Amino acid sequence: MRGSTTSNPAEGTYLRGDETTVKILVAGPFSVGKTTFIGTMSQIRPLKTEEVMTAASTAVDDLRGRPDKHETTVALDFGRLSLNDKLVLYLFGAPGQERFFPILSHLAHGALGALVLVDTRHLAQSYPVMGVVEQLGLSYAIAVNQFPDSPPYTADELRAAMDLPADAPLVFCDARDQPSSKQALIRLVSYLLTLLPESTP
Amino acid sequence: MTASRRTRGPGLVGLHVVTGGRYEPSRNHFDFVTSVCLANPGLERTGLTPEQRRVLELCQPGALSVAEVGAYLELPLSVLRILLADLMERGHITTNGKFYAVQTADRQLLEAVLEGLHNL
Repeated sequence: MRGSTTSNPAEGTYLRGDETTVKILVAGPFSVGKTTFIGTMSQIRPLKTEEVMTAASTAVDDLRGRPDKHETTVALDFGRLSLNDKLVLYLFGAPGQERFFPILSHLAHGALGALVLVDTRHLAQSYPVMGVVEQLGLSYAIAVNQFPDSPPYTADELRAAMDLPADAPLVFCDARDQPSSKQALIRLVSYLLTLLPESTP
Repeated sequence: MTASRRTRGPGLVGLHVVTGGRYEPSRNHFDFVTSVCLANPGLERTGLTPEQRRVLELCQPGALSVAEVGAYLELPLSVLRILLADLMERGHITTNGKFYAVQTADRQLLEAVLEGLHNL
């Protein structure tokens, strides 16, 4: 049987089923630290699920020369946090490649927003991801995942290089560290609140 | 006999067999984060596919999101959604969660998320 022993849910994994569930995308290029970030924040063992892109995506996914290849599988890492008794947050790692757009668009549907992880040693790799997140219509904050050998750019230098909108938050974090990863999510959600129209009393 | 996820070869049957040759679910309200729970645990399960039974067994102790069910059963979500739609139509499962009530984030919800993050 597939899915026996090792992949069975641990105790305490189950929900009641009547919770409100929300999701935030953790987007970024390959090896930027998405999986680490999700692992740091998740209260369940981080999981991996798959989505298959079929013929519907051939316009964007170039499969020429691969007659045997009719579908592309995208692996999505995710984690879960219970924010209170009635509210559950899912964090989904989103690969930033444009060719995964059909899947990302499904994933982004109903998402609160996105945290775009950036590695300043390879800053340009984040640009396409930011483009995709914008195309998905998601509001986002930039979280600079700090590595020991990251160049010491200032926030202003990075904002200018990335051509960030003036109001979009940019925060430095260490994806291995819970308090700083949590702070990045707090900055994102605080920002999302500022985007809402003023409530009429 | 359990092969690890990485070394496991293709399944014995193609995914189109698992879904009965269909490509679209008959219902379309299974988001990644929709909670799935059993509607009627005592309902007769004859006529269900092995994969559908596995979904019901997995959800016996409580609710899980669609993404979690897919991860534990190692089924691509596009396939899982079709199985879930069938199970729902037959009255086996229900989705009581409130994901679909919050398509557009409202202030109260975001404030609750923010407070929850602060309290972690």
